[in-house]
Amino acid sequence: MGRYVVTKLWQSAVTLILASIVVFAGVRQLPGDPALAMAGEEASPEQLAAVRAEMGLDQPLATQYLAFVRDMLRGDFGQSTRTGTPVTELIATTLPVTLWLSAYAIVVAIVVGVLFGVIAERFRGRWPEWGANGFALIGLSVPNFWLGILAILYLAVTLGWFPASGYVDVLEDPLRGLYYLTLPALILGTGLAAVIMRQTRASMIETMTTDYVRTARAKGLGRGRVLVRYGLRNSLIVVVTIVGLQLGGLISGAVVTERIFALPGFGKLTLDAVFTRDYPVIQAVVLIITVSYILINLAVDVLYSVVNPKIRVGGAN
Amino acid sequence: MLQDAENILEVEDLEVAFGGTPVLHRISFAMRRGERVAIVGQSGSGKSTAIGAILRLLPGSGRITHGSIVLGAGRTRGDVEDLAAASEPVLRRIRGQRVALVPQDPMSNLNPAMKIGPQVADAIVASRRGTDGGRPDRAEVRQRAIALLSEAGIPDAERRYGQYPHEFSGGMRQRVLIAIALAGEPELLIADEPTSALDVTVQRQILNHLQSLVDARGTSLLFITHDLGLAADRTDRIIVMSEGRIVEVGTPRQILLNPQEEYTQRLVAAAPSVAAVLDAEPLTPPAAAKDATSPILVVENLVKEFALRGRRGSTVRAVNDVSFAVERGTTTAVVGESGSGKTTVARIILGLETASSGRALIDGESLTTTRGAQRRALRRKVQPVFQDPYGSLDPTYSIERLIDEPLRIFGVGDRPGRRERVGELLDQVALPRAVAQRRPNELSGGQRQRVAIARALALEPELLICDEAVSALDVLVQDQILGLLADLQDRLGLTYLFITHDLSVVRQIASDVVVMKSGDVVETGSVDDVFNRPHAEYTKELLGAIPGATFAA
Repeated sequence: MGRYVVTKLWQSAVTLILASIVVFAGVRQLPGDPALAMAGEEASPEQLAAVRAEMGLDQPLATQYLAFVRDMLRGDFGQSTRTGTPVTELIATTLPVTLWLSAYAIVVAIVVGVLFGVIAERFRGRWPEWGANGFALIGLSVPNFWLGILAILYLAVTLGWFPASGYVDVLEDPLRGLYYLTLPALILGTGLAAVIMRQTRASMIETMTTDYVRTARAKGLGRGRVLVRYGLRNSLIVVVTIVGLQLGGLISGAVVTERIFALPGFGKLTLDAVFTRDYPVIQAVVLIITVSYILINLAVDVLYSVVNPKIRVGGAN
Repeated sequence: MLQDAENILEVEDLEVAFGGTPVLHRISFAMRRGERVAIVGQSGSGKSTAIGAILRLLPGSGRITHGSIVLGAGRTRGDVEDLAAASEPVLRRIRGQRVALVPQDPMSNLNPAMKIGPQVADAIVASRRGTDGGRPDRAEVRQRAIALLSEAGIPDAERRYGQYPHEFSGGMRQRVLIAIALAGEPELLIADEPTSALDVTVQRQILNHLQSLVDARGTSLLFITHDLGLAADRTDRIIVMSEGRIVEVGTPRQILLNPQEEYTQRLVAAAPSVAAVLDAEPLTPPAAAKDATSPILVVENLVKEFALRGRRGSTVRAVNDVSFAVERGTTTAVVGESGSGKTTVARIILGLETASSGRALIDGESLTTTRGAQRRALRRKVQPVFQDPYGSLDPTYSIERLIDEPLRIFGVGDRPGRRERVGELLDQVALPRAVAQRRPNELSGGQRQRVAIARALALEPELLICDEAVSALDVLVQDQILGLLADLQDRLGLTYLFITHDLSVVRQIASDVVVMKSGDVVETGSVDDVFNRPHAEYTKELLGAIPGATFAA
């Protein structure tokens, strides 16, 4: 087990270095000159050169990259070219919003997806399965923003059950905070829930016809116990993998969802930065998204080895 | 409801259908308390459906459409029940507690994501439902599970309690399944081919063990098997089934020595284990063609070492200094249990694996050292037939294309010529020519194996390497395929190297035999010598483990 985690950590470190190179190069490939953007259209060549020197843009690329890595490691992301606020501060205020939203959405997706998946298997060929399948089809094919708009229109405006927009810090007021996040989390989690539901249903259908499930029934165990301890336990191995693969999509989904519900999160920060060519912010945001993606995958790998004992022991040998 | 109080089980006019199609046609039989009864039949005979019905765990759309399954009252608890009509809550108190199952395949019957101890504990907890009430004491259940595991023959059960199924061998997993079945002290134990996936010596140990446990408890045993020899060894009464009907019922002696029905007679004649001990006429005259010709295959001091994964530098010796020779036109069998290295030897001869040292020479040349045209010529001389007729034929190809493939690879003949050759080959393996346009999944296991043989014969090889070529087949089909191979040998002068774990098959087809154990050759010689006067202790053990041996002696 320990060795397995060490291998995965090492792989993640390599991925991280590669990712930082891509981010660094990518930002420099964007159209437009950051020095020009900073100094303004009317700046003289001398002023431009001065700005370049100050930003280190006159150095060779390798030197620039090393400086970039050094700053990142120090946690120094520079300042927003638009507002002059330190990027660290921008991230510190927006990231928690997105984290809360994503975590909430994941929980919703897992609960709804696994529950519907199990129901669909248990009632095969009857109306609960059709209902669950219908939900999955809608969740997968209707885009987030459209679902979001409909939800605001009916659940928030017409029925008044949820606020249409706004954000309350979850740490300051947990109940109200979660209440404000419920609708966005439902919308963001729908796609993931649909994927999880389909996966759970498919693998439950497979596991419930295995020999060991029959043997468990022959022991005299009740249906519920067999379902959870023998069926679901093995089905979840597949589900965890799928959830891991889908989490990346959750980040891009968060960008859209935050926009619809006007949440002051990371997604909004990203969009604003892109529209205003705020290079230091873009650079930091992309890097942080990449890092979290790598960390999520690392967590999924480790989690996977916990649910699947075969991998765990294979790695320890 | 129960006609005789001495009966533990009375099955009356039982009919089971899948969808609308009946697969069990009103079968009736009864079992006395403490009796051991075998149901013998080939795949598709309905024997597994019968036990599925008794436990009320029929797969998919299976339903009991007629008849009754009456279970006698328990000695200490439980009333007379008709299992065919019982409700799910009643059935839950019967399964595990009064009727338990030892399933067939130890590899697929344990939950891979759960430690084995809790799987036994689950059975203990389930079997106590409705007896005393209240949650059972966890520590006590654990102790009981450990006791059951050691009783089932698992050494160091305390430690192994916390291990996962994949850390156990097949035999050990089967012991876990036996512990699970005995957890509820059932009065009727159903054993569904409990050892057919295991090596013969392991099979014997486990069956002996199971038998002693069952005898000590006075449990009635319903034993499902396809092996008549095994049934004769282990039970008091044999029920022969075919196509969903009971063909014949009798004591082992009656069934084996004086079968009344034509089907039973065929089954007895084909039963390899019975044939082996009753000394049936071998299919090949032992080495009649053994004149002064040079051997076609010579294996010299063959060694194969595999590196152990994750442990640098350490290796395991799968094949250790193996030497033997095969005369042209004869059949040599390499016998051994799993892990004996027999398949590795076959793979080296076929050039699919390189030897660490030593040589395997076909007509004086080795597939691993020759190159180019010479190697291609050598490849044509030796062809394989593999075990699994399902896995070794590409399901998307037509039969014609499958048999035709080696011809195309070697560029033999033109298109009409090849088509004609496929027709001839189908004739040779006694398949209708019309089969050529079908696909593998439309054929039975025996027919597929004929296709595999036809493909192997396409290039007119001189040596066929048959790796467990009949092990996956039912006895009657197995008998037909062995007959076909003997016939082809006669007509085409083929040489066979037969890799098998089944000594009875050796007796039927081979003239010489090489016995392997853990990579070593334990004994070689003619089949007559080795079977009648075995020298090595291991060979004696193997011969003694053939089911049916004790009966005929």
